Amino acid sequence: MNDSIVSLVDKYHLIAAFAVVGLTMYVAYWISRNLTAGRLHGSAIAIIIGLVLAYVGGVSSGGSKGLSDVTLFSGLGLMGGGMLRDLAIIATAYGVRLHEIKKAGLRGVIALFLGVLVSFVAGAVVAIGFGYTDPVDITTIAAGAVTYIVGPVTGATLGASSEVIALSIAAGLVKSILTMIATPMTAKLIGLDNPRSAMIFGGLIGTTSGVAAGLAATDARLVPYGAMTATFYTGLGILLAPTVLFLAVRAIF
Amino acid sequence: MVIYGVALLAGCMLAGLIIGDVLGQLLGIDANLGGVGIAMLLLIFVTGYLKDRGKLPETTESGITFWNAMYIPIVVAMAASQNVAAAFSGGMVAILAGVLAVVLGLALVPVLTGKKVDDASALESTPTTPSNH
Repeated sequence: MNDSIVSLVDKYHLIAAFAVVGLTMYVAYWISRNLTAGRLHGSAIAIIIGLVLAYVGGVSSGGSKGLSDVTLFSGLGLMGGGMLRDLAIIATAYGVRLHEIKKAGLRGVIALFLGVLVSFVAGAVVAIGFGYTDPVDITTIAAGAVTYIVGPVTGATLGASSEVIALSIAAGLVKSILTMIATPMTAKLIGLDNPRSAMIFGGLIGTTSGVAAGLAATDARLVPYGAMTATFYTGLGILLAPTVLFLAVRAIF
Repeated sequence: MVIYGVALLAGCMLAGLIIGDVLGQLLGIDANLGGVGIAMLLLIFVTGYLKDRGKLPETTESGITFWNAMYIPIVVAMAASQNVAAAFSGGMVAILAGVLAVVLGLALVPVLTGKKVDDASALESTPTTPSNH
């Protein structure tokens, strides 16, 4: 009896994921309304619950895809995977005010370059502080602080060791997860309440999943503006990190 | 028909991704350069064009707005499939590098946004939380 239920849920994994996420949203909005008096956004709580479940799932299954590595919840991987996520992000652009994007366009581009550079320098400084002296290691860890995709791509290009590549992925994951949690909490402080600052935020932080979730937890209407710039960030990072930025690191060390 | 809206969305996504892929190849990088962003712009242009000519009936529109409203649930599913355990087991180097990158990035947002002017004014304070539907 139990086995047949498990195999049924496993077979209809995407449908099960819809149910699980729906339940999570209900619980999160209930907590938001009744325990925080609406101060903490329901979607922010839902994302935090998701992250906690991902931690539990990852530890108990030993896999790399959070809760979706647990058989019963494998549909979460499809529902929250790149394909549907990007489709939903693009759908948020429907009804966007184009003149807002045009007006903040230049600042968005500046934010992109500055964002890649600042994250790279932050990662490099930490790597040097921990005693790394090899330019390849420093560049790979620094690229990880850009995003968890730029890190391993850069490391593979430069021929970094697998430990350093793992470290760079971890740095990018920390950035992404922290962005999801810190964005709604600091939004007021940094003036993240309008299309212009959302585009700049997307360019400066860049990590798509972090920006997508961080803005969703702050104000869903800002999502398309932030996502618009963030979507160029990883590509730009992969373009700059193993080339110009690596040469700069090697010139210094 | 609803599927027209979904197909329009899918078409914009595929076109954007192809353009992003070509851009990446032109620059010699193994990545899609802004495909999603290009797809967003395509969707804005195409739906704007159709709407002006009255060729975007409500049912077609709902094929797009459904996925728009599914955005937050999808993000929650995404959060639940992150490799949080690996992020925490990366040690202090990884944690500090990630934290510093976020702190500096957030701190620079008001610097680049500049003074509060008209075009940087807040959206109307009636948040449309799609998840409340």
